Formats: sequence, C-alpha cells, structure tokens
Amino acid sequence: MSETILEVQKLKKYFPIKGGILNQTTAEVQAVDVIDFVVARGETLGIVGESGCGKSTTARLLMQLIKHDDGEIIFDGYAVGKSGGITTREMRKRMQMVFQDSYSSLNPRLPVESSIAFGPIVHGVNKSAAQKKARDLLIKVGLNPELFSRRYPHELSGGQRQRVNIARALALEPEVLILDEAVSALDKSVEAQVLNLLMDLKAEFKLTFIFISHDLNVVHYISDRVLVMYLGRVVEIGDVSAVYNYPKHPYTRALISAMPSMDPKKRTEAVPLVGDPPNPISPPSGCRFRTRCPFSEDICAIKEPILIHTDLKKRQSSACHMGDPDSGHSRTNLNGLPK
Amino acid sequence: MSTLSTNSSKNLDAGQIITDSPSYWSSVRSNLKNDPVTIAFALILLSLLLSAIFADLLAPLDPYKTNMLKRLKPIGTEGFLLGADELGRDMLTRLIYGGRLSLLMGISPVVAALLIGGLLGLTAGFVGGKVNMSIMRVMDVFYAFPSVLLAIAISGALGAGIFNAIISLTIVFIPPIARVTESVTTQIRALDYVEAARASGAKSLTIIRVHIISNVAGPVFVYSTSLISVSIILSSGLSFLGLGTEPPQPEWGLMLNTLRQSIYVNPWVAALPGVMIFLTSLSFNMMSDGIRSAMDIKL
Repeated sequence: MSETILEVQKLKKYFPIKGGILNQTTAEVQAVDVIDFVVARGETLGIVGESGCGKSTTARLLMQLIKHDDGEIIFDGYAVGKSGGITTREMRKRMQMVFQDSYSSLNPRLPVESSIAFGPIVHGVNKSAAQKKARDLLIKVGLNPELFSRRYPHELSGGQRQRVNIARALALEPEVLILDEAVSALDKSVEAQVLNLLMDLKAEFKLTFIFISHDLNVVHYISDRVLVMYLGRVVEIGDVSAVYNYPKHPYTRALISAMPSMDPKKRTEAVPLVGDPPNPISPPSGCRFRTRCPFSEDICAIKEPILIHTDLKKRQSSACHMGDPDSGHSRTNLNGLPK
Repeated sequence: MSTLSTNSSKNLDAGQIITDSPSYWSSVRSNLKNDPVTIAFALILLSLLLSAIFADLLAPLDPYKTNMLKRLKPIGTEGFLLGADELGRDMLTRLIYGGRLSLLMGISPVVAALLIGGLLGLTAGFVGGKVNMSIMRVMDVFYAFPSVLLAIAISGALGAGIFNAIISLTIVFIPPIARVTESVTTQIRALDYVEAARASGAKSLTIIRVHIISNVAGPVFVYSTSLISVSIILSSGLSFLGLGTEPPQPEWGLMLNTLRQSIYVNPWVAALPGVMIFLTSLSFNMMSDGIRSAMDIKL
C-alpha cells in the first residue's frame, strides 16, 4: 500500500479540428496540455477552473474514455495500458466515475437496479448476486430498494438519480471515485445531502475522491487538496487551506476573490478578471494566463512557468514566475501575501 | 446514513421478496391495454392475417373458378356477397385469398430489410468514423432514386415473379431503415450511460446488447411497421405493372389492375381491392403509432 494511488505524468490531449475537402486536421484544441499531479490514497483532490479549462477532459482521460496523446497514468504503481502495468479494464474496475448529468447517465430502458448490477455482471458476478449487491448499494445511498429497485430513471428525482449513479459507480468496489461535476446540477439542499452522503461513503469504503467542480465553496468543503486548472494547464496545487487563504497564482487569487461570500464584510470589491480565456487552439506563448494577468511582464511571454508538484508533503505550488526568485519577474515578492 | 447502514441486512431480506415487478415490456403491454384505437386496428390486422392463413376454410368459393354469366355482378348478389369480377369469380373469395400474397409481400421485405438495414445502421452508428462514412454513403446512392422507380427498376432487371419482387422491395427498404437505425444509434452512443458502461469495463458487444439495442429498437421498430403499408402499396404497384404476381393469382394490386377497365360498369366492385389495401395500410400505420406511444414510457 503506497501512499500515492494515482500519478499522472505529462498527460496531454489535443483534439483535432477537421476541415477542408480532404477532412484533414486543420488545427488542434489543446484541451489538456501536459499536466502532472499525484493523488494520495484516501484524500479528496478537488479540481477547479472555469468552463473549458480541461477539467472534464482530464476526468475522461483518467477513465480512458478518450485516449491521451502523450504521457502516462500510473495507478497504484502500475502504468495503465503499458506492458508490465495494468490493463485499462483492470484500472476501470478500481476507478469509477460519476457523471454530471444524472439523467443521461442512466439507461432509460433499464430499471435502476439493473443499471447498478450491470458493472458486476460484466465482471463475471452472477446475476442474482449482482442484483443483491445492487439492492445493498441502494440502501447504502439512502434509497429503499423495495421502493426503488424496479423503478426507471424518469420515475426518480434528480437527487435520487444521482444517488443511483453513485451506487452504480460503487458497484465495482472501486478505490478511486471521480466525481465530474456530480453535484453541480442539483439544487442546493439536495446538493448538501448528496455531499454528506459522499463523505459518509468515503469513510465507509475508504475511497479516494477526485472531485471536479466549478463551485469553489463546495470544493472547499469537501477537498483535502485542490488543483486549479487554466486553459489545459495546472496553475496551482496545494492544501485547501493554503490555496484558499494564501493563493499564490494571480488566477487562483482572482477565482478566490470572485467567490460569493455570506459575510457582508468580505464583499467582492473589484472585478477580479475581465474577458474570456484565450482560444485553446492558439494559446498565448509563455504563461497562458498572461493575457489576463494584472502583473504580466515581458518574461511571462518568453518563458513558461513550470509546475512540478509530486511531493505530497509540500503544501502548495504554483506555476507563476512571481513565485520563483530567479525567474526575472520584478514582483517576486508579491507571492504568499494574504489576499 | 449510519442508521440505514446498520439496517441494511434487514432491509435486504425484505427487498429480496420482490423479484418480479413490472419489466419494461410489461409496462408497454399495460399501456397498450388502455389504448382502444390501437387494439381495434390490431384486431383488424389480426383478422386479415387469420383470414389469409385460413383462406381455404373461410372462402365460400374457388378463387379460380370463372363464371361468364355472373360477370361484374354488383355487391350483394345472391351467392356473391361482394359481387363478382370481370371473369365472374367471387370477389369475397378472391379478396380473402388475395390477402395471402399481399400481406406476404408487405411484411417479408420489411422484415428482411430490418435485419440487414438494422445491422448496417447499428454498425455504422456504433463504430462511427470511416466505417460509418462508407456504409452511409453507399446507402445514399440508393436515395438518389425514388423508391417506386428503384423497385420497378430492380424488379424489371430481376424479372417478374413474387420472389424477385420481394428482393427488390427489400433492397428499396434497406437504406431508410439503415439510416434511421444509424441516426438513433449515433445519438445514443454519445450519451453518458454508454460512457458509463464503457467505464465499467464492458465490451462493445455487451454494450450494444444491453444498452444500445433496447433504446434503438423502439423507434426503428415503429418506423419499420409504418414501412409495411408502403411495402403493400409498392408491391401492389409492381403487380399492377405485371412485375409482381401474375394472373390468375389473386392479389389485391393485380385485382385492382384487372378491374380497372370495369370501373365504369361496376365501380363499387372495382374499388374493393383498393379498399383492402387502404384498410391494411391504415391499420399498420395506426398500430405502429399506438405502439410508439406505448413504448415511450415517459408518456
């Protein structure tokens, strides 16, 4: 049992844009552009970032639902899909995913019990044992199997469906659960219930969570560590308390200051960020955030800030020249200041 | 949560009692039961089908026996309940026997096309990419011709006869069925539950069997049922042109053709085969409509 359960090395995915008469590749969307991170066993890693920054692509790459162009996924010490490592199928048995849209992620023609039992049946569990397991899991996610096991997805509410999705993901007894915006579509009261359910299940089954969300409050609540993405890159990673209280990267700082607060003394005063993220087909040179960064200097266009954070004991790292005294940026002292 | 977990074993025992609650198809059946129109048309179809199968027992006379004295007798003549045709053959008898060939030529091309076109469409839709391109572009070639013209051309090339007519109609119906199957499959393949099934490690064939077919079958089946009426009309057309059945075989399209000349002498009798074609197509259409709404469990 190593401390690290999942390690992502130089993961890259460019989506080709086809066009022209011969359907050739005319451009590429740099959805995930060389990211590195590690996930410790038993932790919850939150992944945040604005729309289109590559959060969901990362999740799909981890599940191998889309093939990565380059890089490696190392699950529990074994490279996935490499000789000497483990196969994608074995990895999928140990890592499962809950999708955002609770409705389209359940087959409308199958009773929920059959949807949950599908995974175990695929992996060779006999039908009655799989059904028993499905009923057991329905209880675990707080649904009475006598009432719910034979229902169809359209007969359930959004929160109930998402509970079924969680049960389905747990049916293979995974160690890692990827939650891709799993609670974002639910209304606030149901969201809180499902979050609490997730915390209970995490403790009960000793799960590791990768929690993807655009909701910073939710990520703050559930995560141990947080990873901030911008335009296909990791800009900051670290312990939740460190990143939220002392954001180092200007983008993280902007995100945190844009967080709506219930405290009237903590009002958002200035518009933290203006404009849209640049086009991922032709991202800016050097630092990708420099076009929207208030501290951008010449060095930012020339040199690319690099983030390598594989030591889990390190509390916080950011991909910004201001964090590196030798980078040549004039404001290296700005870092680490309380927001 | 914790109370629920401790109760789990108790609840599970209770949960195992229910094993046979309604499945998908039984809820479809109960939906159909509450739809009298669909049932009525289904009964009409059933009676047409049964009368065609048991024509030997039901028909009052011999369908081939001519009687020059009774030529073109009107509806209600004694011994000729629905009149007699241009050769004095009993219309009722010939209509009953005619159902055999007409229904055969209506249903069998669609069934054959459903198997071939469905498989092609499923493959194209699920695999996607170049496979999809090559299959669907070939199907598009067939779309370049109007279906009637295509049926006549293929039938004409193969030569007259029932079997050749069925082959030509099968070829006509493969492209539309393949296209509908492909478009539905493509839509479903992109949905999260198929992704989730892949994420659980299932192989493509298992995903197709469990998740794709159950969702594709409904719309494709309903569409195919509506094609049966087209098939009956097209095959009647082929027979009308002398490419399908040949006289003196009783078949509705052919009967319509031969009685056409007598339309001024006895229009009611001449119209009867047309009424049968109309009734059969209408019944198939109405029934497929009813089945569609019954299969749409959200309604």
